[in-house]
Amino acid sequence: MQQTNSDSKQGGLAGAMSWLDARFPATETFEYHMSKYYAPKNFNFFYYFGWLATFVLVNQLVTGIWLTMNYVPSGDAAFASVEYIMRDVEFGWLIRYLHSTGASAFFIVVFLHMYRALRYGSYRGPRELLWLIGMAIFIALMAEGFFGYLLPWGNMSYWGAQVIVSLVGAIPYVGPDLMEWVRGDFLMSEVALNRFFALHVVALPIVLLGLVFVHFVALHHVGSNNPDGIEIKKNKDENGVPVDGIPFHPYYTVHDIHATVVFLFLFCAVVFFAPEMGGYFIEKPNFEVANPLKTPEHIAPVWYYTPYYAMLRAATFPLFGLDAKFWGLVVMAAAVVIPAILPWLDRSPVKSMRYKGKLSRWALRIFVVSFLILGVLGVLPPTKEYTILAQFCTMLYFAYFVLMPWYTRVEQTLSEPERVTE
Amino acid sequence: MKKLSKSLKAALTLGLLIVAPFGWSASNNDWPMQEFEPDLTNLPSLQNGLQLYANYCLGCHGLQYQRYGRTADDLGIPRELALETVVFTGQKIGELMTTSMDPVQAMAWFGAAPPDLTLEARLRSPEWIYNYLKTFYVDEERPLGANNKVYPNVGMPNVLLHLQGVQRFDEESKQLIVEPGTGTLSAEEFDQAIYDLSNFLYYVGEPNRLERQRLGIYVLLFLVILGTFTYLLNREFWKDVH
Repeated sequence: MQQTNSDSKQGGLAGAMSWLDARFPATETFEYHMSKYYAPKNFNFFYYFGWLATFVLVNQLVTGIWLTMNYVPSGDAAFASVEYIMRDVEFGWLIRYLHSTGASAFFIVVFLHMYRALRYGSYRGPRELLWLIGMAIFIALMAEGFFGYLLPWGNMSYWGAQVIVSLVGAIPYVGPDLMEWVRGDFLMSEVALNRFFALHVVALPIVLLGLVFVHFVALHHVGSNNPDGIEIKKNKDENGVPVDGIPFHPYYTVHDIHATVVFLFLFCAVVFFAPEMGGYFIEKPNFEVANPLKTPEHIAPVWYYTPYYAMLRAATFPLFGLDAKFWGLVVMAAAVVIPAILPWLDRSPVKSMRYKGKLSRWALRIFVVSFLILGVLGVLPPTKEYTILAQFCTMLYFAYFVLMPWYTRVEQTLSEPERVTE
Repeated sequence: MKKLSKSLKAALTLGLLIVAPFGWSASNNDWPMQEFEPDLTNLPSLQNGLQLYANYCLGCHGLQYQRYGRTADDLGIPRELALETVVFTGQKIGELMTTSMDPVQAMAWFGAAPPDLTLEARLRSPEWIYNYLKTFYVDEERPLGANNKVYPNVGMPNVLLHLQGVQRFDEESKQLIVEPGTGTLSAEEFDQAIYDLSNFLYYVGEPNRLERQRLGIYVLLFLVILGTFTYLLNREFWKDVH
């Protein structure tokens, strides 16, 4: 009561704030997550991408809502409605290119965000759950991209979805029936288009937003890792503030604002000057309406799925009486999911690559290079030589994980510093 | 301005250079393609392209996503004039440039319904269209007496025959040769006509292209200015940390 009385004497903004705070934890929340959230002061380039991923997510949501206003999810009208947006809707072309470029940008920033975690051991305790939530976001994002790619109803949309959905058919016993159930038809049709539309614009965005929210909650509970991989919370001053921490706001907000502008410059350069990105962001066969009778000469998924697609195709022989296609599905699914167990594979006494030994460094380099090579191979038509190379790179990809408990334990590591280094 | 946008494009594709050499080739046959450099600022060329398209192509190939009015406005043609000169179907100026050919009948006549060409330049390339239209030649073995070097055994007849004249493939020199005096246009005039037509289809593929690039310059300039301030803001705050 006393509180309310003293509040009522304050006028203007301060008065409004205390009125609000008495009813909603506005200041408290802002302080907890921003102005009194202490982040390590030694963040580097790789620490921009978490925020940039959030920024791109917002871009996808906003442009997605505007696209939905004119997009028609039907077999007869979907393709034409996209061209309607491109030609007849005011700035429709801009909204559409922001969305299509945003999809690729999303994966670029997320891959870099994940690479950062591998480089500095951000998945290690106490951040295992944070990492698992992140993996769930990654998988939801892949699904979101996959469902969204069918919506323009171009010929590559159609056949790309056809190839991936047909993988379900490779599952023993239930496969063919399951595939029909997933498609809702005997072939890819409007039924699948409508389902994918519902999943892309309603279901998965809700899942993504929920996961991103808990990703933030978990992050702000355990605190951010840093390039040195040491816990700043171990070293606090008399006020309980980490000595090597600085308030997220204003220091990292001004940091991230600048990073956003730099990102936007690159992003807009693509949107305004190369939205097709040479056929990698918008594939050429997608300028032709979906046609079940006309298979594109060469079906390649969008670039961000190609490393996984290459691993799928790398399985070329049947095993234990099961089809090669089924094993391809298993390998691909395993490749997507396996990073989830990293926190329990890494046995190194240190977190950051700065203090890990030679074996870990080479393992990460080889992993990245094999992932990139697989990405290139996934775009190309498979030849005998390429398939052998893809099989080799798939083994390297998995070796990074499978051998990790061994190489992180046997190698000589450097000792971590007490305080973060500049 | 044009140069700037080109160098930007070049810089951006640099990142994909590792991948690019492995990409698809534009054409999968061996015919040597002639270069084609579209020019969307050349309005007379685009206008002539539209005229040619309306006269020779639209009867079979629709532009079902593009509107007459939009095209007239973009190409600097008064709408009244456009109605008189390119709309032969009694349609209104705001309507889509559809073809009046029935696809079922077309299937019976040509073996395949003539495709809509709104996005042809983006699906293939303007260069492909340019070369395709120039490489029809006499081939008695084909049902309609014509074949094509860029798209072998295509179902389309040689519609522009009377403009170009009779073109034959010379087995010895492996070249296409036009019989002199058989066409109403000279070789140069015909080249120009095909250039205009391909240029027009390049425009139709993405009518906003010029506007997009024009706007892009301002957006990037704005971001450079904004970036300068955000850089200074960041430096100001971080002074007391470092």
